[in-house]
Amino acid sequence: MTESIQGYKGEALATIKKYNVRVWSDTLIKSSRGEFKGIILPRSENDDTTHIVLKLATGYNVGVDVHTITEMTELGYKEAHYKIPEKEFPYTEGLPKVKLLGTGGTIASRLDYRTGAVIPAFSPGELYGAVPELADICNLDTEKVFAVFSENMGPSQYKKLAITIGEEIEKGTQGIIIGHGTDTLHHTAAALTFMCQNLPIPVVLVGSQRSSDRPSSDAALNLMHAATAAGHGDIAEVMVCMFGPTSDEYGLLHRGTRVRKMHSSYRSTFRTIGDVPLGTVTRAGVTHIHSVFNKRRNDHNVKILPYFEEKVAIVYYYPNMQPDIFDSLVANGYKGIVIAGTGLGHVNKLIYPAIKRAAAAGVAIYMTVQTLWGYVHMFVYDTGRDLMSMGIVPAENMLPEVAYIKLGWVLGQTSDLEKVKEMMLTPVSGEITRGEPYNGYLIYQGGIPEVEEFIRRVHK
Amino acid sequence: MDSEYNAVQNFERTRQEVGYTPFSEATRATYTGLGFKSGLEIHQQLRTREKLFCRCPVGVYQEFDDYDAELVRHMRPTLSELGEYDGTALMEFRTRKEIIYRLKNQTACTYEVDDTPPFPLNRQALEIAMEISLLLKQYIVGEVHITRKQYLDGSIPTGFQRTAIIGIEGEIPLSGKNIRLIQLSLEEDSCREVSDIGHRRIYATDRLGMPLIEMVTYPEMLTPQEVAEAAHYLRFLARSTGKVRTGIGAAREDVNVSVTGGTRIEIKGVAHISWIPLLTHIEAYRQKSLLVIKDRLNQKILKPDSWRVITKQLKLEDVRTTLPFPGADLQLVAVLLPGFKGILSHFTQPGRDFASEISDRLKVIACLEKPNLLHSEMPDIVEFAALAKLIETELDFGKHDAWICFAGPEADIATGIETIEERCQMAFAGIPRETRKGLENGTTLFERVLPGADRMYPDTDSAPIPVAEELIVKLRSQLPVELPVRLEQLSKWSVPEDCWTYLLRNNLMPIAEKIIEDFEVEARFVCTLIAHYIKGKVRLNKKSYNFNNLYSLFSFLQEHDIRWELIKEMLSIIIEHPKIDYQSVLNLLNWKQEKAEDLFRKIPYFTESVLKNCQMKCDHKAISWVMGKLRNQALGNVKMELVQAKIKELVEQ
Ligand SMILES: [Zn+2]
Repeated sequence: MTESIQGYKGEALATIKKYNVRVWSDTLIKSSRGEFKGIILPRSENDDTTHIVLKLATGYNVGVDVHTITEMTELGYKEAHYKIPEKEFPYTEGLPKVKLLGTGGTIASRLDYRTGAVIPAFSPGELYGAVPELADICNLDTEKVFAVFSENMGPSQYKKLAITIGEEIEKGTQGIIIGHGTDTLHHTAAALTFMCQNLPIPVVLVGSQRSSDRPSSDAALNLMHAATAAGHGDIAEVMVCMFGPTSDEYGLLHRGTRVRKMHSSYRSTFRTIGDVPLGTVTRAGVTHIHSVFNKRRNDHNVKILPYFEEKVAIVYYYPNMQPDIFDSLVANGYKGIVIAGTGLGHVNKLIYPAIKRAAAAGVAIYMTVQTLWGYVHMFVYDTGRDLMSMGIVPAENMLPEVAYIKLGWVLGQTSDLEKVKEMMLTPVSGEITRGEPYNGYLIYQGGIPEVEEFIRRVHK
Repeated sequence: MDSEYNAVQNFERTRQEVGYTPFSEATRATYTGLGFKSGLEIHQQLRTREKLFCRCPVGVYQEFDDYDAELVRHMRPTLSELGEYDGTALMEFRTRKEIIYRLKNQTACTYEVDDTPPFPLNRQALEIAMEISLLLKQYIVGEVHITRKQYLDGSIPTGFQRTAIIGIEGEIPLSGKNIRLIQLSLEEDSCREVSDIGHRRIYATDRLGMPLIEMVTYPEMLTPQEVAEAAHYLRFLARSTGKVRTGIGAAREDVNVSVTGGTRIEIKGVAHISWIPLLTHIEAYRQKSLLVIKDRLNQKILKPDSWRVITKQLKLEDVRTTLPFPGADLQLVAVLLPGFKGILSHFTQPGRDFASEISDRLKVIACLEKPNLLHSEMPDIVEFAALAKLIETELDFGKHDAWICFAGPEADIATGIETIEERCQMAFAGIPRETRKGLENGTTLFERVLPGADRMYPDTDSAPIPVAEELIVKLRSQLPVELPVRLEQLSKWSVPEDCWTYLLRNNLMPIAEKIIEDFEVEARFVCTLIAHYIKGKVRLNKKSYNFNNLYSLFSFLQEHDIRWELIKEMLSIIIEHPKIDYQSVLNLLNWKQEKAEDLFRKIPYFTESVLKNCQMKCDHKAISWVMGKLRNQALGNVKMELVQAKIKELVEQ
């Protein structure tokens, strides 16, 4: 490890030491490009080692190249500490008791100078300081279950969340919000759907696509929508609550097993695939779209099933995929494989032998479609029939990620392949549907006159 | 109602107390007396192909009602880097504005609407900004850091402008002294405002994201004239690169003004430099007036900290007066301002009193469209006598008090009352920190609370950009001739001063210089040809002229051995018909090459006939008559003075 002080390393660190100045000190730098005066800020760990960052009196930051520096003089010292103003969250008689479980991620966040990144910050007081409107919606309590970035969420977090949800329901909580980074929000939503069955209350997963340190953030509105759905809504399911359109208008409530992040940066990135969403939500309340859903109840009879087999993989098929991909999974002890196949659920002949070897080794293999919309139909072509005969099970219209999560959850409970198959193909909550509604697949193509006419009037 | 009180007289009396001097009568001593100080922020769009942080085209504008899609956002205050909400942030939040963006697919991608992070900074823009920074003799930074500057008015969908310092310090020479610069930054332009009515503000996203530089001076200009001079200088300097955009809105000025005991007030987005002197003049006196009001209030009211308004909701059916307030379903509130007699009608600007300061804020903060108030010191309050009587009874109105009556939707009433009380409380302290909008008549309106430095924070979406020494060296070697050199050149060439602005503003000096040197033409002739003759023709005919073609025209004349005098006749046709070739111009002019001796041979015929037939007594008249006959044939062939001398010689014989 190279030495680093507040992100300064190498030549930059040597320069700071040479002139005996400190990070956070008000400093005059003389350089061959002129004189710069300002407060030395910490440097981002990943930036180069030849510049020193100054915050000028005007509030702007600039970097000074250490090779140009001829003198540095410390004029003063003032260390800044970032703190969200914390106020006690007020209790209002008559409002529902809602618990916000924190996992990390960007729903509530602050800036970190050191890495230049947005890091989580979280407490009822901080939240109340940032989104005071929450106090009009519910009586909020929060608990940081753990703090990991969305991409680092995994089975142990799913299990811990499921157990915590069970405890909260036991305590009489009337709605649960889970703050979560958006990247793998839909994986967690699927996992919690399988692990928390027969829910009496709503469990709403929420994140933000624009971090809450910016004025245009969707975080505050998403939180308000989530709090409304959790505290006042009557859909007692695991749901994802995120922007409907990119405009600040309403949130969509997506069923945890049918939702997917579909754009790397849009606010309206989450879409229900192959079905219509459960409903919309504004601060005024939830409006139903789907007529079939699990209703809110007053009992505490939730079933918590916190199981997960980690040796499960998802294989995204591409032309000319080689058999060794499968062989190596089997060699490494994988017990389940979900294939995202082309079209109706296909892979090339080249890998048939490897699939046979995997099936023979007792690996549970399930087929999904990388088209995302539509069902696996393996009877249509011979290739499909060949694959089934080798032991691949078509997973109907289960989304690849959902099938992966479900297979992990099922294999966590049994290794009997027949039992696995029965559980996989028996829907828990909409992960397989009996049919796909006509309006379950809508990707409008821009440029078509009627579509242009539509998006001119209706917010996307 | 206090019928004795004359608000018009009070306005006039307080104007005199403030010592308002009309702009035309003000001298340097006037401004020294006020302690006038002013600084500038010049915004100049750069001529790049693409926007600063995305690849959308630059300079393509939409009609406001022509859009492909609209979207709706709200701006929330955020916690700044050092942890506190700042003043502007909270004020903007209180207004609860719905922001609507109108976008065209051609000029807006997902970046403009804040649905994707920025692409890498436009290098072309960076280099132009560095070039201008070098011309200002600034210290170029070692590493460019993109910073977010909060704007909660919605003019940028992210809620902040991405901006970065390129250079700091530097200076420019004015006629009497040097003015120092604080910095030059490279930033993205904001949306154009379509409308702002009630709780709904609409923007067009076409201009959003266009690269812009901001040049900021120290507040070292001590008269309004100096401010304008500095503004012109900075504009010329930017244009001398030939790499900045021109035309409406391509350059905008923010001017800050303060007086002794006053506050730094920023007048935003001044579109014409010619407006600056009067705007700054009036702002200086507005501040002086607010200081006079401050003293008066503190004399009259001993406990300013506990000063509060008293309010009373009025029933519309009790009012029985036609009220001027726009909108429906309004609630009517009367607000008593204890001890404020004489303040509401106090002079603040020509034609504007203290009550207008409150009215402006009600519009911006409480979203109440004007006319949004009536008050006890309106010149025409007698027209609302019944209302006045009702209010004065309801509020227990005393002879030292004033009242305001306003109306609005129920949801805005509390903010309205708060806004009135807050502005009055601020009057005890003097001048509220705010930005103001400049009008053509020189007065200003409240725009927003002036934000502090703490609304800047690092842009976590972009990495710092190191500025290599080699790049600076390369750019330095390509710099255009510096402005002071140009000014000296013009003076040496004895070019009339009324040509200077046109030549510099349009960056025509490089072309003029080339023509003067290559064709050995008299400098004064070339410069006046451009800045008097062509400028006049272009304006008169509402045409444009591409000055790059002037060189080829001179070259054509030289090739054909035609004297420069013919150029004006040719240009007058060329400006009308930009695509015409030069030979056709000559044909149209019916111009023929003629040798001097041939022309001179015609002189005796004309002189004889004029002397014989007309019996002109005066030689002078005879000479011009003959000149008139020969002028067209001589033009471009023989020097006019020479023809005239020949005629004179003969006539006198
Ligand atoms: Zn764009």
